[in-house]
Amino acid sequence: MALLTYLEAIRQGLWEEMERDPSVFVMGEDIGAYGGAFKVTAGLLEKFGEDRVIDTPICESAIVGAAIGAALMGMRPVVEMQFMDFIASGFDEIVNMAAKLHYRWGPAVPMVIRGPSGAGVHGGPYHSQSNEMWFVHTPGLKVVAPATAYDAKGLIKAAIRDDNPVIFYEHKFLYRRIKEKVSEQDYVVPIGKAVVRRTGTDIAVITYGAMVWTALDAARELEKEGLSLEVVDLRSLLPYDEETVLASARKCSKVILLHEDTRTGGMAGELAALIAEKAFEDLDGPIVRVTAPDTPVPFAPPLEEYFLPNAQRVAEAARKLAAY
Amino acid sequence: MDSATLRQMLYYLKLTREAEWRIENVLYRQGKIVGGVYVGRGQEAIGVGAALAMRPGDVTFPCHRDFSVFVIRGFSLADIFANWLARADSPNRGRDNTLHIGDLKLGIFPIISPLGATLPVACGVALALKQRGKGNVALTHFGEGTTSLGNVHEAMNFAAVRKLPVVFICNNNQYAYSTPTCKQYAVKSLAVRGPAYGMPGESVDGTDVLAVYNAVERAIMRARAGKGPSFLECVTLRMAGHSAHDAAEYVPEELKLAWAKKDPIQRLEKLLLSRKIMTKQQIGELGRQVSHEIDRAIAEAEARPLPRGEEAIEGVYCEPDCWWRKPYP
Repeated sequence: MALLTYLEAIRQGLWEEMERDPSVFVMGEDIGAYGGAFKVTAGLLEKFGEDRVIDTPICESAIVGAAIGAALMGMRPVVEMQFMDFIASGFDEIVNMAAKLHYRWGPAVPMVIRGPSGAGVHGGPYHSQSNEMWFVHTPGLKVVAPATAYDAKGLIKAAIRDDNPVIFYEHKFLYRRIKEKVSEQDYVVPIGKAVVRRTGTDIAVITYGAMVWTALDAARELEKEGLSLEVVDLRSLLPYDEETVLASARKCSKVILLHEDTRTGGMAGELAALIAEKAFEDLDGPIVRVTAPDTPVPFAPPLEEYFLPNAQRVAEAARKLAAY
Repeated sequence: MDSATLRQMLYYLKLTREAEWRIENVLYRQGKIVGGVYVGRGQEAIGVGAALAMRPGDVTFPCHRDFSVFVIRGFSLADIFANWLARADSPNRGRDNTLHIGDLKLGIFPIISPLGATLPVACGVALALKQRGKGNVALTHFGEGTTSLGNVHEAMNFAAVRKLPVVFICNNNQYAYSTPTCKQYAVKSLAVRGPAYGMPGESVDGTDVLAVYNAVERAIMRARAGKGPSFLECVTLRMAGHSAHDAAEYVPEELKLAWAKKDPIQRLEKLLLSRKIMTKQQIGELGRQVSHEIDRAIAEAEARPLPRGEEAIEGVYCEPDCWWRKPYP
């Protein structure tokens, strides 16, 4: 068991998959000699060579389109978006080409689009977005968002082995901030399975990505007050784990849905609908959302701080809900 | 070129170099500027030459390394620094950073980070300028890396078909982040892209402010005359990292040394000295003047407050009593 950062865990997952399967290759902007803007792919070029670690021009549409073509030919491309904000330049290829090929026509499209998302590092409106819902609303795609180093490695491996296009949301705030023991054994974290990060009895906080850590911070704080939070880490957003979500909602009878993404049309709305449909009788209070407001991600530190949900806000919402 | 314009060019070149130096090596290192820091060291002549060739009513889309364009077109230095410092009373009011600033009254559009998206918008501006019929033009700056994007193709074709008054200015600084031109495109010079769309294409030395000025002016005259767009490649080397955290170790030393000899400021200084338009003493004095101006602007910008957190949710939509329509309180 080695101590790995979230970023190193992703790199190790890529490395192992490239060693295991010669059809896996990586492609993107500045990913080869430079090792990527965040150095996720550092060392891959030296190990696997230029045919499998491909530096591209700046052309997200061509990168995604080329990955689709290669995937149809039996390869397993993993392409990097330098920032997930720039995935917009490849949007047509993702939502109209990759997502619908199998449904229309039958062939597998085994490809991964991965990259850094999320705020908290003063990136401004174009280097901070959580735009995962663009793709969660596109049937045919799979969308994952790991919160831990262990999951980052296990999910990137699962994504690479999946026969469908998977959008892999890394959180740039977590890249070097979390470090944990990660198995050197070959393992995958199955897509579509959530995990209960902390068991509790009073309120279920259902979340994903960097906000898992925020929820855990709030849970530790509230424990001192005698309030017991359960924290569910979705890990996969499409498909998502209905069973685990409903089990926690039924068990606690009160639910907080937490995400860094903006409020309207966010994952919380989908989960609220599910819980209202299938666990209505088990609820003892309103379903509560804690999310970013409906604005672009602002740059100035005070504005960004206001924008981002934090442990204090989760705790406040939990106290209020507990008293309901 | 008259002496007054030449002196003005040197002033803006020096101002840009010094201002960006303060941003990268003083304010950022002091932690006063946070987030990404991008400067245009080595490519100042492109912005200066292009912006000085413009006339009132023209519109420009400077990129994030074209500091001089903002100043030449009328942004106050204090406002620019205030934006870098994320101040509440700044062009972006803390919402967006670096030189993502614009002002319609000054004819400046604010770029976004995925720069390819700028070019189609410049076409729309040119379309409106053409409809107004006052002979105004749109200029749009972008890097050689941007030219690889699909929306650049769409914009250039659209502009050529509609004979729009646009000047496409490619700031070719040879590196898109770490990617050299040989991994970005497979032609010898990007100038060939112009004729490929049915417009003139020209390549000039981007360290020669006079060459840039003359080439941009020719393209502007053509556009004003209703003859349509032009593509202009201005070649230089980015004499800095992609951003402040990047040491640009991927740029070969000999390349840096070769281009250091072509420094745009030194080139113009030599010309001014040889033509006896300025003395060494006057050039030194100009440097000190620029430095004082920047000192004052930074002090003024730093004195402004940071935004309050709750301002984050103001002004998302444009309404009659919109937050943005009022001066900052």
